[in-house]
Amino acid sequence: MSDEIRRISGRALPFPGDDIDTDRITPARFLTALTFTGMEKALFCDERENTPDHPIDNPDYKGANILFVGKNFGSGSSREHAPQAIKRFGIEVIVGVSFAEIFAGNSLAIGMPLMTAPPEEIHRLITHTQKNPKTKYTADLESLTLSWGEESVAVEMLEERRQSFLKGNWNVVAILRTNLPLVREVAEKLPYVNNFQS
Amino acid sequence: MSERTLYDKIWDSHIVTRLESGQYQLFIGLHLIHEVTTPQAFAALKEHGSKVAFPGRTVATADHITPTLSQIRPFKDDQAEAMMSALEQNVDEFGVRFLNWDSGMQGIVHVVGPELGLSQPGMTIACGDSHTSTHGAVGSLGFGIGTTEVGFVLETQTIVLNRLKVHRVAVDGELGPGVFAKDVILRIIHDLGIKGGLGNAYEYAGEVIGNMTMEERMTVCNMSIEGGARIGYVNPDETTYAYLEGREFSPKGGDFDRAKVYWKSIASEPDAVYDRETVIDGGTIEPMVTWGINPGHSIGISEKLPSPDSFTGEDVKTAELGYAHMALKPGDAIAGTKIEVAFLGSCTNSRLSDLREGARIIKGNKVHSKVKMLVVPGSQRIKAQAEEEGLHEIFLEAGAEWRAAGCSMCLGMNEDKLVGTERSISTSNRNFIGRQGSPHGRTHLGSPAMVVASAIEGCLANPAEMTGD
Repeated sequence: MSDEIRRISGRALPFPGDDIDTDRITPARFLTALTFTGMEKALFCDERENTPDHPIDNPDYKGANILFVGKNFGSGSSREHAPQAIKRFGIEVIVGVSFAEIFAGNSLAIGMPLMTAPPEEIHRLITHTQKNPKTKYTADLESLTLSWGEESVAVEMLEERRQSFLKGNWNVVAILRTNLPLVREVAEKLPYVNNFQS
Repeated sequence: MSERTLYDKIWDSHIVTRLESGQYQLFIGLHLIHEVTTPQAFAALKEHGSKVAFPGRTVATADHITPTLSQIRPFKDDQAEAMMSALEQNVDEFGVRFLNWDSGMQGIVHVVGPELGLSQPGMTIACGDSHTSTHGAVGSLGFGIGTTEVGFVLETQTIVLNRLKVHRVAVDGELGPGVFAKDVILRIIHDLGIKGGLGNAYEYAGEVIGNMTMEERMTVCNMSIEGGARIGYVNPDETTYAYLEGREFSPKGGDFDRAKVYWKSIASEPDAVYDRETVIDGGTIEPMVTWGINPGHSIGISEKLPSPDSFTGEDVKTAELGYAHMALKPGDAIAGTKIEVAFLGSCTNSRLSDLREGARIIKGNKVHSKVKMLVVPGSQRIKAQAEEEGLHEIFLEAGAEWRAAGCSMCLGMNEDKLVGTERSISTSNRNFIGRQGSPHGRTHLGSPAMVVASAIEGCLANPAEMTGD
């Protein structure tokens, strides 16, 4: 199936720091757009303006499709604009210490896998990439590894989300729709759906 | 794994099926939508040639981009007008109820849900906004979702989720003077950390929570997400039932009595099992204020700013970034920090009790000459009731602006924004860099009482030291 995601290879963009909130990733004024088209322009745009050496603009990382981040990435607002901007910028997988819950749900819904590794491993990945920006990594969802050259780091994924990518059914709306008869059955059993008439 | 909690009971009764991936497809009892996170979802629906599966279970209102100065159409901002028109077209085309201005029920989505009795115990509630956790105050599970997921709910009335762990957070004892629900939740986030709730639902309990009004519980549940917890809830009790009785969309007559039986049945059992439990002594909570760039960067108003070295790991760098952005110094007192803007509003604190408390303190006082103060009621109904009580006159008399309902200065998405390096004290929920519309703006969070006390003093001030009239 075309939606299967098993492994992603490419260069990485290291983005150190914890608690990077979605207001920083995509400032609110970009939420007035009626489509996600072009949302990559919003990516960290306010802080890029004030930070000459911002990682997003560093030519060493141009063309990277793997993003390395710290703890609790994507915290705060539920805006899907944040993962949309990241994906449309060209990132295909994010590897970090941990992710905010809603951000993780949004990333799954739009087909962008998230992997986690312990802080010391992420630190190692970030410093290695900063020193060797040309390194080509492979993020493998089957073996749960992130490897480069002879080296490899064990990564974790929530098993259910990993299966969604391996089976190619992360784009789940068609499946949800198929279950509509079941949905109606569950609804009928809920007291509040039936004005509490038992 | 948790057992026999409200979370477990609602979760179990709303499972449609377990998907091949192992995730759960969950039925959503109430879907609240607003203008900002929906246009792409309706576009997907049209692309799929689908209808809204349960049009009666989605309710729309307008709040995020909505101007609060003049709500006369067309809006001054073209993009805001385009977004509002898109929502109007979509609700018309798909037969969704729209609580617009003419209905007299427009307001911030997390204010109007409970206010109208739409949000009820035992429901699953979803909305394309992270503060959907607010609705947990009535004993429901409120999930903040993204736009693609809004599309799932429109098309199938379901979302896909993993089961969360349940962390019971009990606040016991009694609160001191000048300490409010906002201080309670800021203290919880301070103690458990902004990552403490990742993968968890917070069940708020204990004497302090039990003695709170519904509006206070909403303030607490609202900020669950700031502690990393996607949902937070309070078990329904007599306070809940009394609040719901007689509201627009609450069950009526015999239905209400039967509803109460159901609502009682979904509360956590005395022998419920939790994944984790925390107890906080309410008597130790001070009026809280944030000093940094996330809601966990908070201290008691009488305390001195902490050293970045008191943090660990990457948190040290975040604290340093916080100090640089906020132009504050470790070791200094937070009280007395000069402010230029005071904002009383948002889904956290724009309800009638918040406005009454603010008015009580500001009555007979003046907003400091260097401060601009905005008072923004959470809904048309709250605005009308406040005006009936003459609260607007008290605020106007003091030199504050009295606005129409909307999200306003919580999030720089409408006309109400900080400018340049302006420093605000706000009753809203996020002090992230750039949150209030200026990349260089500085936000402090506090209770309505603290916002008003600070507006009068022209600097961050302890509301416990203000007696009101």
